[in-house]
Amino acid sequence: MSQLSEAAVKQINAICDSHANERTPLMMILSDIQKQFGYIPLEVQELVSERTGIPVAEIYGVVTFYSFFSLKPKGKYVIGCCLGTACYVKGAQQVVDKFSEILGIKPGQTTEDGLFTLDALRCIGACAISPAIKINGKVYPKVAVSAVPDIINEYKSKEAKA
Amino acid sequence: MIKTFADLEQKATQCSACLDQKFKGADGKRHILICGGTGCLSSNANEIKAEFERLIAEMGLGDKVDFNQVGCFGMCSQGPFVKIYPEETLYRMLKVEDVKEILESDIKGGKIVERLLYVDPVTQEKIAKQDDIPFYKKQVHIALHAVGSIDPENFDEALAAGAFKGLARALKMDRKEVIDEILNSGLRGRGGGGFPTGRKWLFAYQQPDGEKYVVCNGDEGDPGAFMDEAILEGNPLAVIEGMMIAGYAIGAQNGYFYVRAEYPVAVARLQNAIKQAEKAGLIGDNILGSNFSFRVNLRLGAGAFVCGEETALLNSIQGQRGMPRPRPPFPAVKGLWDSPSIVNNVETLACVPYILREGWQEFAKYGTEKSKGTKVFALAGKVNNVGLVEVPMGTTLRELIYEIGGGIPNGKEFKAIQTGGPSGGCLTQKDLDTPIDYDNLIAKGSMMGSGGAIVMDEDNCMVDVAKFYMDFICDESCGKCSPCRIGTKRMLEMLTKITDGKATMEDLDALQELAATVKSNSLCGLGQTAPNPILSTLKAFREEYDAHILEKRCPAHVCKNLMKYEIDKEKCIGCGLCERQCPVSAISKTDYTAPGKKLPARAIDSEKCIKCGLCMASCKFGAISKK
Repeated sequence: MSQLSEAAVKQINAICDSHANERTPLMMILSDIQKQFGYIPLEVQELVSERTGIPVAEIYGVVTFYSFFSLKPKGKYVIGCCLGTACYVKGAQQVVDKFSEILGIKPGQTTEDGLFTLDALRCIGACAISPAIKINGKVYPKVAVSAVPDIINEYKSKEAKA
Repeated sequence: MIKTFADLEQKATQCSACLDQKFKGADGKRHILICGGTGCLSSNANEIKAEFERLIAEMGLGDKVDFNQVGCFGMCSQGPFVKIYPEETLYRMLKVEDVKEILESDIKGGKIVERLLYVDPVTQEKIAKQDDIPFYKKQVHIALHAVGSIDPENFDEALAAGAFKGLARALKMDRKEVIDEILNSGLRGRGGGGFPTGRKWLFAYQQPDGEKYVVCNGDEGDPGAFMDEAILEGNPLAVIEGMMIAGYAIGAQNGYFYVRAEYPVAVARLQNAIKQAEKAGLIGDNILGSNFSFRVNLRLGAGAFVCGEETALLNSIQGQRGMPRPRPPFPAVKGLWDSPSIVNNVETLACVPYILREGWQEFAKYGTEKSKGTKVFALAGKVNNVGLVEVPMGTTLRELIYEIGGGIPNGKEFKAIQTGGPSGGCLTQKDLDTPIDYDNLIAKGSMMGSGGAIVMDEDNCMVDVAKFYMDFICDESCGKCSPCRIGTKRMLEMLTKITDGKATMEDLDALQELAATVKSNSLCGLGQTAPNPILSTLKAFREEYDAHILEKRCPAHVCKNLMKYEIDKEKCIGCGLCERQCPVSAISKTDYTAPGKKLPARAIDSEKCIKCGLCMASCKFGAISKK
């Protein structure tokens, strides 16, 4: 998004306007943009600033504070490994390590082909089926380390077919 | 539209008769409830629901059976569930393939499907009725009222379960009387601190009239706790009603929900409930014909644990970085947009309608002298029945873990239970008979927290657990004050040194000193409680710290640098499976063949081994173990 397309500008302005009646709507605006575009680069922050009158410095401060907002694009498939306590005591760290090893990226990073992002999440509230992971919203219960290669292949083969 | 008290009463009577009849089967139909909590939804509850839909139509059973999805059943480890009325038969751990058998055998033939019933892990007895299962027997549902029995998206069913009755009673009372009711009930904040809810309300009530706010803290950050999620998913109107009662009492006109973005199902159901209540006229102007007007708003979190701290949460709603404010002034004086505000947790607000509906005496009859009512615990970790349980305050840990939780799986030894999440501590064998309440847990070096209760067994290393929490806190520290920002990082480094086997006893002394400094000098609760997991594990499991430092040994074989995998050459049959699995070729043949075996045993080169554990997982003969 080095240069924003006209359509993107329109969309972002529309998002800003849709919350115009709310008091201090910055978080809501950023959540919507993150959902829509997958990341919030500086150009977008500048645009939000122009539209809302909130200084860019403040917007940048908020974007970098919260783990849900990201400055860089995320992969097509975001693998969120829960590292809540319940998952951790059932071996979630080994699951994260396995993903890390196979994909060659650390948590928080994205693979070079832009296919996968690996995230370490705090509790997703699925403690009964720990260790749990979440890929683009789909929850995988009781993930064994040995199941990790198959899970990755499931998405890779989906891509190969597409 | 429900415009008057009479309207509400009439509608509620109508709805409850309707729900009652439905459960009793008065319409000649059986009624199937399907669990729709997050745990079950991720184990295919939606596919099961679709299969019921499809097969009921296909088999022409539409006139015999009805079904709908409800909130969490609580015993999440046994999900997905369905419950069939009027018999209240509970089927568990369902798969899509089981749906046909339930319909054919039970619904058509009237014969219970035995293999899908719950089996008591102790007696091996099959139990058909939910209420007969030990997990449910000791529970009292106040905060979880109607969760798991009503359809959370059906407004009429919520009314049938008593929604807005508490508000109706409150509106007929003087505002101060409502606060007295809460004070008398002894309700204390369920989010962790345990501050008396009525006193919080009183402070805000005493502020001059004008703009005031009620904020519901749904930023359930404790990893391993999911009661607020379950309440919002299972009976969102109860929390809305609690918020409105609080609003009436303190004189607020607006309420804000702040819910974690990680809980999409809860958010959707809450949004739906707000819309329905607005449509019915129960949120808006002159509610039930009174002078009370109230609006409910929803804001989402964005993944910051510190926002569970009330002043950080307020900053987040105000569109700022979620950093705490120094207190005083307290939010009751200067809160959201500098107006008097109260911040209450989801579970706290869920108790409020019950207190107003049934009277404070009904609430206060449960519990201990200083902790009244019930508490919801999220029982997780190494325990048979993982799930949500609501028990009267004063229940012992032994009852919680062994009677309700069904004990420790795989015959392992109980080691500790961690309560209070990253702010809490570990309780051990000797604390098992302590009645659980706010003050007892603090006296034992832990705290109630939001009710996360993680059971650990002999395979968990307590130093590693302390490190896990410190890693969490270090990551989540907002950075505003230096004791927390720098102190948690340093403590994490020291703990890592210990688990790597590189620490000395001087490091341990320094760790303790630093822990005390961070505890007394941090700005907010996050930093002040951050050292608790270290301090409590040090107190209860000092010998494990010593073993890591002095003997360079991890007694639970968890810390990678201090453990190794070994092949028992007498048990190894030489199949070579582990050798093929090993990603770094650290396993090779030896010269030794055990008596009675045909092939040479394998051995692991610990220099090459990366301790991934694949060999141990792949060995079918139990020949590989951690040392």
